[in-house]
Amino acid sequence: MHHRYDVLVVGAGGAGLMAALYAAKGNVSVACISKLYPTRSHTGAAQGGIGAALGNVAEDHWEWHMFDTVKGGDYLTDQDAAEVFAKDIIDAVYELEHMGLPFSRTPEGKIAQRKFGGHTRDFGKAAVERSCYAKDRTGHMILQTLYQQNVKSGTTFYNEYHVTDLLIENGRCRGVVAYDLASGELHTFHAKAVILAAGGYGKVFKITSNALTLTGDLMSIYYRKGLPLEDMEFYQFHPTGLAKLGILVTEGIRGEGGILRNSNGERFMERYAPTIKDLAPRDIVSRSIVTEIREGRGVGLDKDAVHIDLTHLPREVIEGKLAEITDLARTYLGQDPVKDLVAIQPTAHYAMGGIPTDLNGLCLSDGMGGSVEGLYAAGEQACVSLHGANRLGTNSLGDLIVFGRRAGTYAAQYARQVEYAELPENPERESQEMFEALRRSKGSDNAATIRKELQESMMNNVGIFRNGPDMERQVGIIQELKARYKNVGVSDPSRRYNSELIEAMELGFMLDCAEAMTSSALNRTESRGAHDREDFRERDDANWLKHTMAYKDLNNDGNVVIGYKDVALKGFTRAFEPKPRVY
Amino acid sequence: MTQTHAQSAAPVAAPVQMVNLNVKILRFNPETDKKAHWDTYQVQAQPSDRVVDVLNDIKWYKEPSLTFRRSCQHGICGSDAMLINGRNRLACKTLVRDVAKDGGTITVEPIRGLKVERDLLVDMEPFFDSYKAIMPYFINESPAPAGERYQSELDAERMEHSSNCILCACCTTSCPIFWVNGAYLGPAAIVQAHRFIFDSRDEATHQRLNIMNQNTGVWRCRTAYNCTEACPRDIPITTLIEEVKRAIMFQQS
Repeated sequence: MHHRYDVLVVGAGGAGLMAALYAAKGNVSVACISKLYPTRSHTGAAQGGIGAALGNVAEDHWEWHMFDTVKGGDYLTDQDAAEVFAKDIIDAVYELEHMGLPFSRTPEGKIAQRKFGGHTRDFGKAAVERSCYAKDRTGHMILQTLYQQNVKSGTTFYNEYHVTDLLIENGRCRGVVAYDLASGELHTFHAKAVILAAGGYGKVFKITSNALTLTGDLMSIYYRKGLPLEDMEFYQFHPTGLAKLGILVTEGIRGEGGILRNSNGERFMERYAPTIKDLAPRDIVSRSIVTEIREGRGVGLDKDAVHIDLTHLPREVIEGKLAEITDLARTYLGQDPVKDLVAIQPTAHYAMGGIPTDLNGLCLSDGMGGSVEGLYAAGEQACVSLHGANRLGTNSLGDLIVFGRRAGTYAAQYARQVEYAELPENPERESQEMFEALRRSKGSDNAATIRKELQESMMNNVGIFRNGPDMERQVGIIQELKARYKNVGVSDPSRRYNSELIEAMELGFMLDCAEAMTSSALNRTESRGAHDREDFRERDDANWLKHTMAYKDLNNDGNVVIGYKDVALKGFTRAFEPKPRVY
Repeated sequence: MTQTHAQSAAPVAAPVQMVNLNVKILRFNPETDKKAHWDTYQVQAQPSDRVVDVLNDIKWYKEPSLTFRRSCQHGICGSDAMLINGRNRLACKTLVRDVAKDGGTITVEPIRGLKVERDLLVDMEPFFDSYKAIMPYFINESPAPAGERYQSELDAERMEHSSNCILCACCTTSCPIFWVNGAYLGPAAIVQAHRFIFDSRDEATHQRLNIMNQNTGVWRCRTAYNCTEACPRDIPITTLIEEVKRAIMFQQS
């Protein structure tokens, strides 16, 4: 079946929904395709807040937010992106409020704000209240509010449609192919502009805060075209996931005064980040926790967790502002934050890297200024280089809103100016071949077994601490898993809701993401932000102040080729010189 | 030292206690089945596992054709609402130890009142149609200020329960009135209406109260409390429905 829309959005989380709203404002026809129902997108799992220098609780300025973002990103953040972001996000948060978002409030009735890791006043002097929040379900409220606004504006949704191919010819995107889960049919969506906003790929790791659906599909599809993925080595571990489960425990827990403690009850962050202690950025806190565990001061049966202590906080704060995580700790660990210490461990959380874009969301095809006409990306899927080597807490929700808005605006502007480009002759051919290969294969290998091996090996070899030999081994493991994947068997022949087939397809996408990530990480011989190499301890600005661009060499067995892109070391009006990163 | 070494150096953990379970699932594939039938799977699980972990285990290693929705697996996306031991729950917020002992049986069925598409997966469209019918979006046509619209902490608190809804459909599909009369908008849609009716910034209160006052609206509710009992997020749904009824009677918010 064929459909035609001026602008097509893939993904219905925060970035996709914001992009769809803004594209519609541009007087073009818009549809949104999602492999889930929109209200089930993973933006809903974000808890703690959205950072913006509103100054509602304490003095704040966009320049301070920009500085924190650049320093937090260990100077790999593009400063033009950080400047646009820190300015735009202020107005964007007010816009969310005008859309009805039920923010928590200050006593005067303004949007409430609290502290978060890495957010400071006066360029690093002390922590500042910058995170605007709706209790500890800010992402849930953003997702609901944006979906509501799309219902109001009449966006057409294709729910439970799984995008299987991007139609790109002669450097221009012409639409997508998607698989309708309900009927098992392929659909071609012809579009003038396509916006990719389908989220991250945290499921390549064993312990992750990410939903089962976050398998990096569109990143992989982009990469399979010989197009680059940027900065894939930078993957964030959130310091506080519920022990064993990896379920997110918001950084707001530390923003409200929660304290990390080791098995001796010691507040160990005082040793690692004396100025802002438990409110240090995520990479630093995650490494500090793992160091405590390695040195034998972990807690729990396996001594592989530490405690977060809230017991000194008033019950109203714990059950009010932190109600969601209180419920999670009680449900899953049987630990009550009001009186118990809660066991946490770092959990794979957020991809700083992804599909490279410019400031308007346009997808880049190389590191030299080339782009894919008509193709845009935003949100975790994209890499506008806002987060650099490490993302500050709250900046993901901000990224969705600011760059979702820009992608929607510019995609609509582009779509108004051009005619539809012709579709390829048989647009569904490659998707058909992919499915046929999966259905035909009667191999004995099981997708779930391969996926589990991938997740465990990625956790061990490309986790919080990395080194050359482990990652070289991982490159080999991924090659072997890819070979086995070719023989994975799909036993269910049904057309309707064939989730076995879909999961097998997703595994193929995950293997690509893991490959690009591991090769990029092995290549970068320094430690920067979330990329911490035991064999190259120092940050090396002389050689490595540059973005990685990982390509699949389509002419050479699909081997990974690494290229580079310059870092924007200046914003439009401000610039921050790289300095050692201490907190 | 690598992470692997650190792990192997850790003290040996106590063996995890496993329980044996029979998981009885109502299966239906319209491509091959005339009617639904029960299949039972023997599995081992930890008492602290979620029911969704058990279902994943069956799907991944025993019966790949088993079909159900799930995504976040911690109670925020609302995908995996199902009938577990006769009660509507999210499979990801239900622990094995709370529904079965060693050697026991867990029964799993699709939520009721919506068409079963396959196994535990139902047609959600009627549910979302009801949602859309209550104008589930903020309406305020007055010019917006440069900053935020101020709202008191007390007024913001009025939305605490209703805005907590994740649209999982546990409430609506546990409601006996909804089973009998699919035209009834149902508890979830009323909770959504409450969310806006009691928002001090919203200007469409009367329009929404009028929708709630129609014969598909709030008066169908017979206060059975099933919805409140089924809600995985402890929203006092029956109370919210009563508040909407009172608001219609007094046309106040």
